[in-house]
Amino acid sequence: MKRLLKGGRVIDPANGIDGVRDILIDGDHIARVGTDLPADGATVVDVGDGLVVCPGFIDMHVHLREPGQEHKETVATGTASAVAGGFTAVACMPNTSPVNDDANVTTYILDKARQANLARVYPIGAVSRGSKGDLLADIADLRKAGCVAITDDGYPVKTAILLRRALEYASMFGMPVIEHCEDPSLKGDGVAHEGFYAASLGLRGMPGACEALGVERGVLLAELTGSAFHVAHMSARASLRAVRKGKDAGVRVTCEVAPHHFTLTDEALASPVPYDTNTKMNPPLREAADRDAMLDGITDGSVDAIATDHAPHHYDEKQVEFDRAPFGIVGLETAVPLSLDRLVHTGRIRLSRLVELLSVNPARILNVSGGTLSEGMAADITIVAPDMKVRIEASKLRSRSKNTPFDGWELRGGVAATLVGGRPLFVNSAARISL
Amino acid sequence: MPTDIARFGVTATSSIDEAVRDADVIMMLRIQLERMEGAFFPSLREYFNVFGMTEARMHLARPDVMIMHPGPMNRGVEIASEVADGPYSVILDQVANGVAVRMAVLYLLAGGAEHEEAA
Repeated sequence: MKRLLKGGRVIDPANGIDGVRDILIDGDHIARVGTDLPADGATVVDVGDGLVVCPGFIDMHVHLREPGQEHKETVATGTASAVAGGFTAVACMPNTSPVNDDANVTTYILDKARQANLARVYPIGAVSRGSKGDLLADIADLRKAGCVAITDDGYPVKTAILLRRALEYASMFGMPVIEHCEDPSLKGDGVAHEGFYAASLGLRGMPGACEALGVERGVLLAELTGSAFHVAHMSARASLRAVRKGKDAGVRVTCEVAPHHFTLTDEALASPVPYDTNTKMNPPLREAADRDAMLDGITDGSVDAIATDHAPHHYDEKQVEFDRAPFGIVGLETAVPLSLDRLVHTGRIRLSRLVELLSVNPARILNVSGGTLSEGMAADITIVAPDMKVRIEASKLRSRSKNTPFDGWELRGGVAATLVGGRPLFVNSAARISL
Repeated sequence: MPTDIARFGVTATSSIDEAVRDADVIMMLRIQLERMEGAFFPSLREYFNVFGMTEARMHLARPDVMIMHPGPMNRGVEIASEVADGPYSVILDQVANGVAVRMAVLYLLAGGAEHEEAA
């Protein structure tokens, strides 16, 4: 089947395109991109005024929870959440049960993704067996089974020597090492950012330096090994300083920031609802100076990607004392509205920069296809409605879990439609488009 | 010291002498075991020498100073026995009142009326 997306503003930074173009989709791939393309038997889709056609967004940091924690999320519910949030692909973290440290687990995840047949799934393997930090996992095996990167996310790689070996080893297979940057001794049993709000609520804190130490370690080892090092969910201004310093020195370091870290501060611990466990994540919501630094990094190009750290947890698990609640919030269905509202409509960045953060750069960092709308590529396309009024409603999220601090938020900008391999898997009924 | 302590509207100092000087009331607090585990200070001996409330330090306060402590006390750690049992101490009254207040709070939380007539 052929579809002609007609008359929309197309933003494809990789090909230097930002203007009105038609896109002809033939089956699962993009056949032609041009102006005033003839219908030629294709179904014509009128991409109305105010809609923007982008290469499919890729969320390079999600937790799909399967296998082992299906009460929180499954590959099917997680990828349904992804397409509803405008993501045509996700990279899933290995801290499942069992850990994705073995090709069989990778294969299982990919089988589930094939059955769900929604967003593309790129598994990320563990650095070490069981992510315990002792011995390297069989990384070549993981690569062969389909893993695109390695990490011990949830925790930092235990020792500097193991991180060094992982960087050396993974680079042979063209994979980056993604690091949850944190000094465990400095983190201690902290549950929130060490600052005024944690002190006033009596919560144990962890300072930004706890994260920055991990970033500094990784940047030094990436320099030593010449390998690619990616900083997951960066939140502290000292971490950004370390990343900038590394980039200036030519080190292969990249980083991502989650929407909650450029939107909220630790003030959310106290208001509107004090001790709301949906404000508990790791790394924690930090003070205003850190949040502002993340915005600056996004604006000036030091930050490479926006990734959600989508971390579904069951309602019952979050309905406990703050200290006892698990870290994390869902993010797949709130990322695009938050990014448009807080980054684009505030004038901080242009739409084309947002496409780099959500599509071009994640594809580049993970060495996966996508990130452009070139002819011959798979037709993975996200159509955004930058001016759509969006109201976040936790109960309506497609994710199996509803743990979001953004319930009831009204934002400007949303997703109009998501196409994966030419198939429209999500069409927003509030958008003026029919597919 | 808690982060951003100044934002709570208090004057903070790490000198116990400075804190005690000209005080009307001194409230002590037990040092907790988890503080020790967090390696906040090297030893109980050193803690007493640097922060312990001693008879000598009491003389820096106002002559009619009142010394308080919610208990339980670690004698010889944050407070010397001469001070705890000395003439300015209201610690036993404070602890007795504390029991009555807790009883009242529990009573009210459990559904008791605020001005219930005696039967």
